[in-house]
Amino acid sequence: MGATDRTVLDVYRYLPDNESEPTFQSYEFDYQDNWVVLDALNHIKAEIDSTLSFRWSCRMGVCGSCGMMVNGEPKLTCETFIRDYDTQTITIEPLSHFPVIRDLVINMDDFMEKLPRVSPWLIPDEDKPLEDGEYLQTPAQVAHYKRFSMCINCMLCYSACPVYGLDPSFTGPAVLALAARYNLDSRDDGMKERAAEVSAHEGIWECTYVGECTQVCPKDVDPAGAIQMLKLSYALDWAKSVVMPRSSGS
Amino acid sequence: MTRELTRPLPWNWWLKKAVYFQFMMRELTSVAVFAYALLIIWALLSAADAGAFSTFYTFLSSSLSVWLHLVILVLALYHTGTWIALTPKVMVLWRGDERVDPGVIAGANSILFLMISGAVIWLVLM
Repeated sequence: MGATDRTVLDVYRYLPDNESEPTFQSYEFDYQDNWVVLDALNHIKAEIDSTLSFRWSCRMGVCGSCGMMVNGEPKLTCETFIRDYDTQTITIEPLSHFPVIRDLVINMDDFMEKLPRVSPWLIPDEDKPLEDGEYLQTPAQVAHYKRFSMCINCMLCYSACPVYGLDPSFTGPAVLALAARYNLDSRDDGMKERAAEVSAHEGIWECTYVGECTQVCPKDVDPAGAIQMLKLSYALDWAKSVVMPRSSGS
Repeated sequence: MTRELTRPLPWNWWLKKAVYFQFMMRELTSVAVFAYALLIIWALLSAADAGAFSTFYTFLSSSLSVWLHLVILVLALYHTGTWIALTPKVMVLWRGDERVDPGVIAGANSILFLMISGAVIWLVLM
């Protein structure tokens, strides 16, 4: 057991059946120094107020369910230690830019609808027959896309992105990073097939490179870098189709 | 049916975080770059006519023009710095299995920028 201290969580409450406007509710309690914010929310739910609603699952930074705004910053609450905050009061809000269903629970339908649009799976020109074995890759080929494959769909990057906040039609950081992950895969030939979605105005060209998506990513995916790389590759592909229309195949 | 709450961004969203403010400043500096492009176009259009070029030259010599140039220089340098900082994101280079350090790419671009700027200044002053 670690040492205990006292903290106050100022929690965003929205109960659509009872009230039309959100409010903040303060919960004061003792916490242990090994508690993360999610532990504190579970403590509130179990011991103080069972009406509080929030999402969580794995508690180890893998499932991406417990993303919330902690003191105004998008965080995975299972990885955010209370002891790291100097202020006695910590403000907890639902992820920005998403509609709120109840308390800290957001509606993620928009993200889930956009995810399959970029065909986030391998699209080889020709399928190999099973008897030809695996699609082998060198460590260097894996290194080209690996960092973009670590996304856990926690949507913190969407909450950090003011472009998405201003225009929800923007495909968004995580989905575009996933498109980059497959475009960079040596086993994939689907770049052109993804172009209609990725290289659309609402796709990579909507991004004005604020860069905060990369800063808040708990898995160091670097969506901002992925989008800038996609801009370059699709611009070069377009230029190639203009200069050499036959060889580009478009 | 549950009533969902939508939360539009407030107009002053860019004042709420240093990163957002820096982003807006970077975008605003492009206005200064555009303004200087207009100045160059004015110079080119007036070059063929002695009277028009004289008017342009008189404007260049004014204190307003000097201040304008100083302000635009500072803003253009900031703008350039942001683009150089962006280059490692776009230019992902590999040395065998290892990615070239982003600092090396940004540093090389900075040195290139300084060398070209130095050459242009030398050409103008010689």
